[in-house]
Amino acid sequence: MFIPCDRGGDSAAPDFKGFTLLMPAVSVGNVGQLAIDLVISTLDMTKVGYFYTDCLVPMVGNNPYATAEENSMELSINAEVYSLPSKKLVVLQIRSPFIKNKYRPFCETLLSWVKSSKCARVVLLSSSHAYQRDDEQLLGTPLRYLLTPDLEKAVGGRMKELNWKEMEKVAAYPGISDTDKVLHIPGGGITKLLFTESCSEGIQMAVLLKFCSEGDNIPDAFVLVNYLNEWLQLIKSEVSTSNNSTDLSSPWKIPSSWRLLFGNGLPPALF
Amino acid sequence: MATFFGEVVVAPSRAGLDEEEEAREETPEDREIRREIEKKRYWRRGRIDVLWTWQASGRGEEPLVCSRFIVAIGRNAAAFLSSFILDSVCWEVVGVVKLWNEWCRTSSTTNVLPTDSFCLFYRLISDPTVLLCQCSCYVAEDQQFQWLEKVFGSMQKKGLQVTILSTCPVADYKTQESTLTLVSPFLKALKTKEFQEQVCCPLLEQPNIVRDLPAA
Repeated sequence: MFIPCDRGGDSAAPDFKGFTLLMPAVSVGNVGQLAIDLVISTLDMTKVGYFYTDCLVPMVGNNPYATAEENSMELSINAEVYSLPSKKLVVLQIRSPFIKNKYRPFCETLLSWVKSSKCARVVLLSSSHAYQRDDEQLLGTPLRYLLTPDLEKAVGGRMKELNWKEMEKVAAYPGISDTDKVLHIPGGGITKLLFTESCSEGIQMAVLLKFCSEGDNIPDAFVLVNYLNEWLQLIKSEVSTSNNSTDLSSPWKIPSSWRLLFGNGLPPALF
Repeated sequence: MATFFGEVVVAPSRAGLDEEEEAREETPEDREIRREIEKKRYWRRGRIDVLWTWQASGRGEEPLVCSRFIVAIGRNAAAFLSSFILDSVCWEVVGVVKLWNEWCRTSSTTNVLPTDSFCLFYRLISDPTVLLCQCSCYVAEDQQFQWLEKVFGSMQKKGLQVTILSTCPVADYKTQESTLTLVSPFLKALKTKEFQEQVCCPLLEQPNIVRDLPAA
């Protein structure tokens, strides 16, 4: 599945042993993917390979993180892997939707790659339909987390210190009080499948998700990436103490591919 | 999602299709019927066959030696090749792709009309390592990978250079200016870093992308 890039002299495949794998779920508003774009762009991560998979709709374009003419001509496809060894971070970016009936094969192949490359843990960025929240979820923070039992032992205490809220389980049969509680992540794409598979396979996985709706999801991406940063401390967040406000967007670099997200310029003939 | 008229509708989500594991309200018989339909659809749709002329003559499964492969995807690109490149003197038909999906079906005949959906392979008679493919049929997203594997799997690549011709609607092109002021013909290219020759037109700039079979 994973094909390393040919980096000239260095022919050895990259080593991800002990790394944290950060990846998005293709979910409502594409918030996870936008947040990953911010991480790759801000940390100026190097592409180390891609996934050769028939599970995603094919797409190709030029480098979405281009900053100048010289680096704008590298091709980019639907599932690519970036790495930052200094932070022991490897990032997978997914750029197109899943093909029908291919969710499960992708999840299985991905998790077996996680195990074979000996990643220490996986952090999945995701989102869920805001309109499906219950009355209690409508109040307070729209951010939630989930930890597999293996990761709960390691970092559960940290989540409590950060005062994070765990994703609530809902009744399997709404309206009937005496029923089992199940995990329900509407609009989360492969989130629930990956999480439940990781639980049963003993993989250390954390899910960070935000309740949102389709629309302009750039602010949601900033909120989610700052949430991630509270825990992983990927960058130094600047908090302005003098006027008691935090500019959430300032440390993160918006990639050049986010231009024209909502269409072209207007034709002058319109006026 | 609530609309202006106060009704609540399920809006299509960019997350793609919802999880298949969501419990459906259906009887066991309905579930069985649905499974049979999906199996049949998958079986018919899943099969892609690449048929070469030498297979019909009994020469067996030799891979085709190919140094240049030109693929025209879509009706416009296929028509371009028919109008400017192909003729019966210099090119011979050597193969056909047979596939089925809800949008079109190709057959194994090589005698096609321009309005048909077809996917044909031609070879330059003077240099048999130059191959050309005209694919005017729509290859569905779950067939694209298989199409690629079967077509490229039939070839013995010898310094292979692949050129893909395709068209996209102008409305899909993202630019700061209006698309009404674009020059005609409006050409853009994408190339791999291994392609060292001069490209005849500017490269496709961000945030534009190519999808489907040309991307695959």
